[in-house]
Amino acid sequence: MIKLFSLKQQKKDETSTGGKRKATAAQLRLTKDMNDLQLPKTCITKFPDPDDLLNFKLIISPDEGYYRGGRFSFSFKVGLNYPHEAPKVKCETMVYHPNIDLEGNVCLNILREDWKPVLTINAVIYGIQYLFLEPNPEDPLNKEAAEVLSTNKRQFEQNVNRSMRGGYVGNVYFEKCLIK
Amino acid sequence: MEVDQPNEQSDASKWSGRWNHIKKVLERPSPFAHPDFEASSEILEFMQENCKLLVIGAGGLGCELLKDLTLNGFRHIHVIDMDIIDLSNLNRQFLFRQSDINKPKANVAAEFINKRVKGAQVVPHFCKIQDYDSAFYKQFHIVVCGLDSIIARRWINGMLISLLEYDDDGNLDQSSIIPLVDGGTEGFKGNARVILPGMTACIDCTLDLYPPQVTFPMCTVAHTPRQPEHCIEYVRMFGWEKEKPFGDIPIDGDNPEHITWICHAACKRADEYGIQGVTYRLTQGVIKRIIPAVASTNAVIAAACSTEIFKLATSCALPLNNYMVFNDVDGVYTYTFEAEKNDTCIACSQKPRNLTFAPKTLLRELIDHLCEDSTLQMKRPGITTTINGKNHTLYMKSIPSIEEATRPNLSKSLADLGLTDGQELIVADVTTPNAIVFRLKITESETKS
Repeated sequence: MIKLFSLKQQKKDETSTGGKRKATAAQLRLTKDMNDLQLPKTCITKFPDPDDLLNFKLIISPDEGYYRGGRFSFSFKVGLNYPHEAPKVKCETMVYHPNIDLEGNVCLNILREDWKPVLTINAVIYGIQYLFLEPNPEDPLNKEAAEVLSTNKRQFEQNVNRSMRGGYVGNVYFEKCLIK
Repeated sequence: MEVDQPNEQSDASKWSGRWNHIKKVLERPSPFAHPDFEASSEILEFMQENCKLLVIGAGGLGCELLKDLTLNGFRHIHVIDMDIIDLSNLNRQFLFRQSDINKPKANVAAEFINKRVKGAQVVPHFCKIQDYDSAFYKQFHIVVCGLDSIIARRWINGMLISLLEYDDDGNLDQSSIIPLVDGGTEGFKGNARVILPGMTACIDCTLDLYPPQVTFPMCTVAHTPRQPEHCIEYVRMFGWEKEKPFGDIPIDGDNPEHITWICHAACKRADEYGIQGVTYRLTQGVIKRIIPAVASTNAVIAAACSTEIFKLATSCALPLNNYMVFNDVDGVYTYTFEAEKNDTCIACSQKPRNLTFAPKTLLRELIDHLCEDSTLQMKRPGITTTINGKNHTLYMKSIPSIEEATRPNLSKSLADLGLTDGQELIVADVTTPNAIVFRLKITESETKS
């Protein structure tokens, strides 16, 4: 163990050196996460401000599954306590999906109860993409959609298509999100 | 409350025998002392005249710390807190009175201590720790935290690590170390720890010791609530946005109208599911994520922290090595262990490496250097930095939209990019598990490091 101070040591005066603000641990980690992003070809990210890595959008255009041909936008907000806390993700496209409600809340375990600091932005993006390939009726946020999916897959497929083309499913109107 | 005041003398802070209890420890040798300890009257003088402490937080722990430290003989103490006094603080934050409600905690605490403890010169700062930069934090010998926020702990931890200085051989200059003493309490449990930045485990090394924030699976909250908390959480997550009872504003946990509204809505939902136990207090607890505070726990932990500061400042005994937990839920239990430094810690595992360039060097040339230097051999480095507290992305190839926006930077010089001597660059690359911090040395001579 070291002896930290000699008795007469005076700390330097506060005006003697110009201060440099230091990057936060979140910034260090995010720089790494972003530089390591390797997205599937169905996903692109958009950064409105390239200096702000904490806020960005993810656009997923699934090329298989029920949601093929659709285009879904998500907003990511990464807090200063990242990676201790998960990023906050909202779906900005109204979607008929068992695990995404009509307000855009996303039910994905790694965004909440199963978040761990070893997970990355890449892992979250893959998790969200997986929701479009394998919607999970066991874990519903949109209960009606989940019921249809587990009882009548054809009906579910039709409902998804109707919603993506733009139209009513039940009494809820969905805006068109099909590309082409 | 009536308190005994010492008789006013010409120098009121020097009544005879005032520091006898401290002198017994500092002016006599002891088998328990640090090997380099030399008993002397100069030590008390150092504590009183030179030693400068920073107390972060003037709440439950902060009040105790200020009292303990000044009664131990420390005089030059700065205290920083961004909060104002609330009625609910008064049962344990004993420097505050009812008439102080809505005043800044730091100011009231400093004023009280300076009046009550003769010779104390506590300087308050009513602001966030993030409002100050390294020039401010450099002036202190020891920093002690009485915080309830992990973000703030990580921030000050990172700040103190950034103040470390290394010589050209990469050896740590020990005079640049500012020890961090950290106290934390939660109900009847608490901990105190000593961090020597760069030498022992830091806050980020042991981040997994903090329990994750209580979160309920969203689908449970939405469809299968079982606990009163699930109902409150439901209103917080869904009801507020949907109904906007007070317009388009976020929930304010300190606004009784907001809490009342949420409580009513949560009760309604609880009734639907046959759940009991939604109360105003519970609602407030869930919304503000309140953890009950116990005055005696604060007193124990603050006393432990103050003792460590005393030991660090005087070398009269070896400091805590390095993490003490305390629990008096049932009996009294303490345990001390050595938290280990994490070799891959994002905050402290690496010393900033120096990169020397001329101000006219182009960013492209700097990146070429990162890729070509035999000790680095990076593949696709992405670089960010922080200038005047604002983050900047200098270049990042992996994200098309950012690449496009930052491409013009490649042909700008370091000077044109606003990078000055001492600037830190954060560089991420596939070849390293963590981002690496480089410290830019900008000189006119064209030598590269």
